[in-house]
Amino acid sequence: MDSPSDQTIVLEDVSKFYDEILGVNRINLSISPGITSLVGPNGSGKTTLMNLMTGLIQPTRGRISILGVTPGNPEELFRYVGYCTQFDSFPRGLTGLEFIRSFLAIHGFSRRDAGELAMKALDRVGLVEAANLKVAAYSKGMRQRVRLAQAISHQPSVMILDEPLNGLDPLARAETIRLFRQLAAEGLHLILSSHILHELDLMSDQVVLLNNGYVVAEGNIHGVRSEIEEHPMQILVRCDSPSTLAARVFEQDSVVEAKIHKDKLGLFVKTRDPDAFYLLLNKIVVEDKLDIKLVAPADDDLNAVYQYLIGSKEEGS
Amino acid sequence: MSSDAETKAEGMPMPNARPGSHRSSLPIWRAQIAAIMRLEIRKNFLGKRGVLIYLLVFGQVLLAAVAFPQLPTIRGNIGEANMVGANMYEGVILRTVVFFGCAWIFMNLFRGEMVDKSLHYYLLAPVRREVLLAGKYISGLLVSIVLFTIATVGTLFFLYLAVGSPANTQYLFHGPGLIQVLSYVEITWLAAAGYGAFFLIVGLFFRNPIIPAILIYGWEWINFLLPPVLKKISIIHYLHSLTPVPVSEGPFALVAEPTPAWLAITGLIVVCVVVLLLAAVRIGRLEIKYT
Repeated sequence: MDSPSDQTIVLEDVSKFYDEILGVNRINLSISPGITSLVGPNGSGKTTLMNLMTGLIQPTRGRISILGVTPGNPEELFRYVGYCTQFDSFPRGLTGLEFIRSFLAIHGFSRRDAGELAMKALDRVGLVEAANLKVAAYSKGMRQRVRLAQAISHQPSVMILDEPLNGLDPLARAETIRLFRQLAAEGLHLILSSHILHELDLMSDQVVLLNNGYVVAEGNIHGVRSEIEEHPMQILVRCDSPSTLAARVFEQDSVVEAKIHKDKLGLFVKTRDPDAFYLLLNKIVVEDKLDIKLVAPADDDLNAVYQYLIGSKEEGS
Repeated sequence: MSSDAETKAEGMPMPNARPGSHRSSLPIWRAQIAAIMRLEIRKNFLGKRGVLIYLLVFGQVLLAAVAFPQLPTIRGNIGEANMVGANMYEGVILRTVVFFGCAWIFMNLFRGEMVDKSLHYYLLAPVRREVLLAGKYISGLLVSIVLFTIATVGTLFFLYLAVGSPANTQYLFHGPGLIQVLSYVEITWLAAAGYGAFFLIVGLFFRNPIIPAILIYGWEWINFLLPPVLKKISIIHYLHSLTPVPVSEGPFALVAEPTPAWLAITGLIVVCVVVLLLAAVRIGRLEIKYT
């Protein structure tokens, strides 16, 4: 089957209510290939959004298109989409290999090809040795990986992964992140959620911040950060004389705070206009002959964005 | 996970997995139904979960093997044996073994998976929900037919064994006995299809399907007391009409004209189709919440 010509995932004015309770409301998103992270506290609507994209629940209002296919057309949609849900449950009595092979057979693969694809998917998540063990005997991390293998076994173009790093040990997490990056580099859409903001920060091409069922912000993390005007950007400048620098940064009105690093070898500067500050810094360096070691944004990451927009501390990290 | 997933992934690229290049030679829906049936039979009937249903079926056969030789009145008396067999069939096999067996098998097809939180795997496969319904129903039907045929034929085997030779062989192979056995088997199949469809839809609609199952059981049991119009809103009425040896329903029964065989069979099949269509509508709108 050829890949679909439409390469975007589109949600238009999508709302979902569970009776009176809001799931998500008026969601408008257009998601391109790459890794897109859904970020938000518990109950913010991340899983609801993923379930809507895959037709496990139907929207109360709005339209969803996954590469041009609607979730109401499962026989077409799930040729392109793999969904690794949060449900840590499996059909009874099956081994890891049988589990994946059985559902590949439902895709329409012959027994031989289903077996081959299942083994390759298990290999990709490092579960070949446990292929013939019953899933019921797997550890939590192994169950997480076998679900991931099942979701990628038919080589989908879109992978939706709800908390895919849960239960994995640090080595497995690192390798799973590497696998995600590789899949994204192959041109896949990866839409994932996690509470581990640090890890999402490392791998996400774009983020969608959700809170109470609404999209609070979306886009590239740095782009989202730069749009948060009420929280001035914090920049760390490591240099030989932070006090000299501190004395001069207030020449610019947009600088609102300067704080010397506790090791006395750096200065945190909060500014509402980072570009103007960088120009000023060039001028100060030349005039005062400062030896600059590092200039880096100190709160230009997902954790900071999350805290500024949603106001909760990072969970689990 | 392997120590170098990236290298491994590069060294072993995912195959060209797009369905179409690796498809089974069967038309897709038939291949999907076959795959669903294999999975359902493996999950539900080849594991510990199947123990109850096997106990029910083989317990019935064991009961027949133990009970019939204790009845001296049937020894050499085909007429009496047929009456005992008919009562055993209608009272125990149809109303208990087949009824509760179907309740267990068909309610579990969807409700069991919702309890196990594993139904979403099916709904995340590229399969029409109607095809999923068909695959699950056919797998349940196939298993019920095999098991309840064993219960029916096993019971009749021990019945005629207790009659003794040569009366039994004379009746079975030179009289109407074999046709009668086949009639019971046919009724068993129809019962499995009818009760199966009902219990499948009960499992789809009710979070706790035990209560509606008990209500259906009660309705089927009091069928002999119901006026003719209400009798017709049941499965047992049509099955009763088809039995080769009529059984007295007791002094309080409200007698109704038996439904002609062709109408009973057609009616049961039509009811099954209607119930399955309703189930298809239901599963088309089903949302996964597991709460």
